[in-house]
Amino acid sequence: MKFGILIVSHSNKIAEGVKDLISEAAPDVSITLAGGTDDDEIGSSMQKIQDAVDTNTGDEILAFYDLGSSKMNLDMVSELSSKPIHRFDVALVEGAYAAATMAQVNSPMEIIENSIKDMKIK
Amino acid sequence: MRLELEEASNWIKLFAKKVEANKSELNELDTAIGDGDHGTNMDRGAKAIVESLSKNDPTNVSDLYKDTAFAMIQKVGGASGPLYGTAFLDMSKAVKNGNIELSDLIQIGTDGIKRRGEADVNMKTMIDVWQPISDVLKSGKLIKKDVKEALDSTEDMVATKGRASYLEEKSKGHIDPGSQSSAYLFDTLVDVLGENN
Repeated sequence: MKFGILIVSHSNKIAEGVKDLISEAAPDVSITLAGGTDDDEIGSSMQKIQDAVDTNTGDEILAFYDLGSSKMNLDMVSELSSKPIHRFDVALVEGAYAAATMAQVNSPMEIIENSIKDMKIK
Repeated sequence: MRLELEEASNWIKLFAKKVEANKSELNELDTAIGDGDHGTNMDRGAKAIVESLSKNDPTNVSDLYKDTAFAMIQKVGGASGPLYGTAFLDMSKAVKNGNIELSDLIQIGTDGIKRRGEADVNMKTMIDVWQPISDVLKSGKLIKKDVKEALDSTEDMVATKGRASYLEEKSKGHIDPGSQSSAYLFDTLVDVLGENN
């Protein structure tokens, strides 16, 4: 599919929970996650994000994150990655859910961006 | 003035040592206005730097800064990982095809932190040490008093970026922990350059 979804959270449980939730709305969309540090502590790991980008089968990635260092690590991966990564500064759960629903029906980027822009919180 | 490999390598090693020695101090500062782990995180990064450099001694400044960046990016865990990591990665790129003036080097690192953190001066972040130090280096020699002044300036600032920003006015009266670790970086730079650089 054109779009895959990437979830980045400081907590592995949050990342997994969001994936469980949005998978219901988007069974055919590639959803990969990076939760917590390399030791599964609270925090973020550039390596985990890189792995989640590499294993995602979408041609382009719609990325959702929770807090500060998740965003910064995500940006570092974006700069080094050849795959286009679109970062959304929106509410994690609601934004990822809406985007997954639209990715499932192959909505174009313009529609996705437009639909979730009001969820911008950071 | 340019920082050549031997001096630069001493600088990074002294910085790592200083961070390890002041782990609790950094944690304490971070407990006041953050989540109390800046020392623990930076200590992990410092140990990773030492390990990386002892395993594989870089043969040029670009590799030295790159190895430093990757150690921080991979091991720190908190926001300071990508921030210091970006600074050193950008510095590494800048000297890839030949060394540059130290003042330009530090400004490039500062710009990297601004880009990564989407932040600027007066937000009570490490930029409030990096930018003034870049400015001092552009106009002449750097002494420890400059570093202390930059660090102390963060005490009365109200944080508008990072976790401390949630505290609003209550963030006043505390030294910013990221600025403190940055001050260690530049104090050790002065140690390497000598006070009469």
